[in-house]
Amino acid sequence: MPVLEIAAQVDARGLSCPMPIVRTAQVVRAMEPGAFVEVLATDPGSQKDFAAWARSTGHELVEQSADDGVYRFVIRRK
Amino acid sequence: MMPTRPFDPLAEAIADVEGVPDVFIRAMAEPAPESMGEQKARELVIICYSGDLEKTWASLILASTAAASGVPTKMFLTFWGLQTFVKDERRITGRNWMQRMLSAMQRPGISHRKLSKMNFLGMGPWMMGTLARQYGVASPKELLEAALALGVELMPCQMTMDMFGLTKDDMVEGMGDPVGAATVIELLANGAAPLFI
Repeated sequence: MPVLEIAAQVDARGLSCPMPIVRTAQVVRAMEPGAFVEVLATDPGSQKDFAAWARSTGHELVEQSADDGVYRFVIRRK
Repeated sequence: MMPTRPFDPLAEAIADVEGVPDVFIRAMAEPAPESMGEQKARELVIICYSGDLEKTWASLILASTAAASGVPTKMFLTFWGLQTFVKDERRITGRNWMQRMLSAMQRPGISHRKLSKMNFLGMGPWMMGTLARQYGVASPKELLEAALALGVELMPCQMTMDMFGLTKDDMVEGMGDPVGAATVIELLANGAAPLFI
């Protein structure tokens, strides 16, 4: 798998809804279009929430994985 | 040839009444879109009527998430919902004795909200706050800061400001200019999604 150039990271581990999304949105705003952000979260609801958020904002959810209760998302800013 | 829109006696009657805002007349005269599902809500307006802790929390979660999702979001703050957005450090507000007594009976400010049920002299909110911290749930105050940073607009109700004797200086940073119900109705008539909390 090609390694993506991650421009920013959001550590939302331990945060509940809606802070993983809110923090990510704040970081994505400051990024260049096309840049990638990596998000780590432990909120199980974030799996569905990040997909929904990507659909409503138009940003692209390019990677999504779960490892031992930690959910990882990579999002490309539109 | 088809007329541009079907004759609607109700819309025509409303149009005849003096003083009805244009936006109402347009809304009444336009046929409802065939499929509402295809239309995306352009804006969200949350009418914050309640000052209860749990409802304040819900309003701010939805407002901050909506703004984070790119939905232009406004909060119209009215009645007890406006008390929430008084600066935390203000203890007594108002000019006359009744306004001042009301603020003494229920302390304004986002960090002084009470639960509508099971308040138990503050035990309920204290336990809610402790649990929230334990489970990484942002407090209403943190959510308000995030909401403002994401561009949520706060619209205080002029009538409530007057009734409670509140001044712009009493209100939190980032508060917009006071407006009335007609401003909210115009937003809703133009298709903003409403929430009344």
